[in-house]
Amino acid sequence: MIRVQNLSKRYGSFLAVDNISFHVERGGVVGFLGPNGAGKTTTIRILTCYHPATQGTASIGGFDVFNQSMEVRRRIGYLPESAPLYPEMRSREYLKFRGKLRGLSASDLEKAIGRVTDRCWLGEFIDRPIGQLSKGMRQRVGLADAMLHEPDVLILDEPTIGLDPTQIRETRSLIKELGQRHTVLLSSHILSEVEQICSKAIIIAAGRIVASGSPQELRDQFLSKGRVIAEMRGPQVEVEKGVRSIAGVQKVDISADNGWVKLTVEAAPGRDIREDLFKLTSSNGWSLREIRREGATLEDFFVQVVAQQSIKRSRD
Amino acid sequence: MGNILVMARRELGAYFLSPIAYVVLAIFLFTTGLAFGLGTFQPGEEASLRSLCQSWMVLILAIVLPILTMRLISEELRSGTIETLLTSPISESQVVLGKFLGALVFYVVLLATILLYPILLACFGPVDFKLLLCNLFGLFLMGALYIAVGLFFSACTKHQIVAILCSVVVLAIFSFASHYLATKVEIAWVRILLQHLSIQSHFHDFVRGLVDLNHVVFFVTTAVVFLFLAVKKLEMRRWQ
Repeated sequence: MIRVQNLSKRYGSFLAVDNISFHVERGGVVGFLGPNGAGKTTTIRILTCYHPATQGTASIGGFDVFNQSMEVRRRIGYLPESAPLYPEMRSREYLKFRGKLRGLSASDLEKAIGRVTDRCWLGEFIDRPIGQLSKGMRQRVGLADAMLHEPDVLILDEPTIGLDPTQIRETRSLIKELGQRHTVLLSSHILSEVEQICSKAIIIAAGRIVASGSPQELRDQFLSKGRVIAEMRGPQVEVEKGVRSIAGVQKVDISADNGWVKLTVEAAPGRDIREDLFKLTSSNGWSLREIRREGATLEDFFVQVVAQQSIKRSRD
Repeated sequence: MGNILVMARRELGAYFLSPIAYVVLAIFLFTTGLAFGLGTFQPGEEASLRSLCQSWMVLILAIVLPILTMRLISEELRSGTIETLLTSPISESQVVLGKFLGALVFYVVLLATILLYPILLACFGPVDFKLLLCNLFGLFLMGALYIAVGLFFSACTKHQIVAILCSVVVLAIFSFASHYLATKVEIAWVRILLQHLSIQSHFHDFVRGLVDLNHVVFFVTTAVVFLFLAVKKLEMRRWQ
């Protein structure tokens, strides 16, 4: 549905997006995840035909964003980061204006406004001037506008920013629901959000894609490098020798602490050595007071890849 | 065409949803009323809008129309709505033409209010309606040019104040300064050039009741050039 190939965008001497490629299948919610300033908004603006790319190509539904921009624009619904609206208009007038721009007929438009009013919980706010609405309500009006013409692709730039916790939860469940009928590309710098609502995540940092896959895949990728931390009472030299003899162990950090030996063990990817460690202690009659796999979250993964990327970038 | 009309309707609506329409109407009615009351509507004066058009309208429009046009695109640039607008299926030229049309329709409403004066005059003496029509046609063309200039400056900046100042200054230069200088300069070709550039000298024939195709072409082509520049300015913004 969305295909991006070797895309770069340069603002003056600043390379905002550096040769990225990815593609998104039809249906589902895809998270575009990265710290602030990573190039998310720039990429989104290229996809929505707002800015042309410096290099590379992008297409939505088979239409090139540069050469067939009108076709692309008809097929997308876009909510920019700040959800810009005309404050002097009422929500209903605004939606009517937007619907007409997309060529909806009067009767379709009436139906569409009713539908999005329901789905975005606009309720009585539909007849209030936009200038009087809270940030959260405005965000919903923006979202209502994006889904007014039932676009194939919904592109949402930080849709939950500036909302209160209840609104965030509501918006997230709405987006999840939308993923069943549309292809949703959602940018966010909040990892838990992406973890909750996205079927696939693309992590971008410093203008490059550093990882992509389902949240589960990303977690596995990180967990495979997971470490096991253990504490046991035994002679340090023998403990070290014993641990190193376990198949698959790659690295052992060992330190003594008040008669206890503290171990941090890294094993080969995908290998869980906790049972072997237990067998080692029990066969030697050492006591064991702690054994755990280091609790890796996607958060750790995110922080790690982003940090690596910015180090790499500053070295370049 | 559909998109242009949708855009024009939004702009026209936006005027009346904000105080701008009322402020502009008030200023326009007050100044034209004053000029008419003190200048034309006196014993012994000619029963036409000639004196109102000749001296006052050029000045009044050079101030009132930039107020009307300053927000057209600046406001979209400042609030970021330009992003939702230009990612919808509407081209830059449709945006510019729609906004131009919206402002032009509002201007026609303004012009309609001064029809009150010839009606008043008709109570006291014969009004030359052909001359009146010619005056109004000239005002319409000149106003269209002013709106196009204002729209261009509005596309150049997100600050409405900058947009209005630039348009007022440029309009004042081409309406008054060039006209004044043309009477002072000795060198023949400079004088002719200044006369050709002067909006006022092109407008004067309309005031006299003369529709010269030269002047019509001047107003229309200059307006088109400024609209074209506004479109290009908007298109350039994408590449920045």
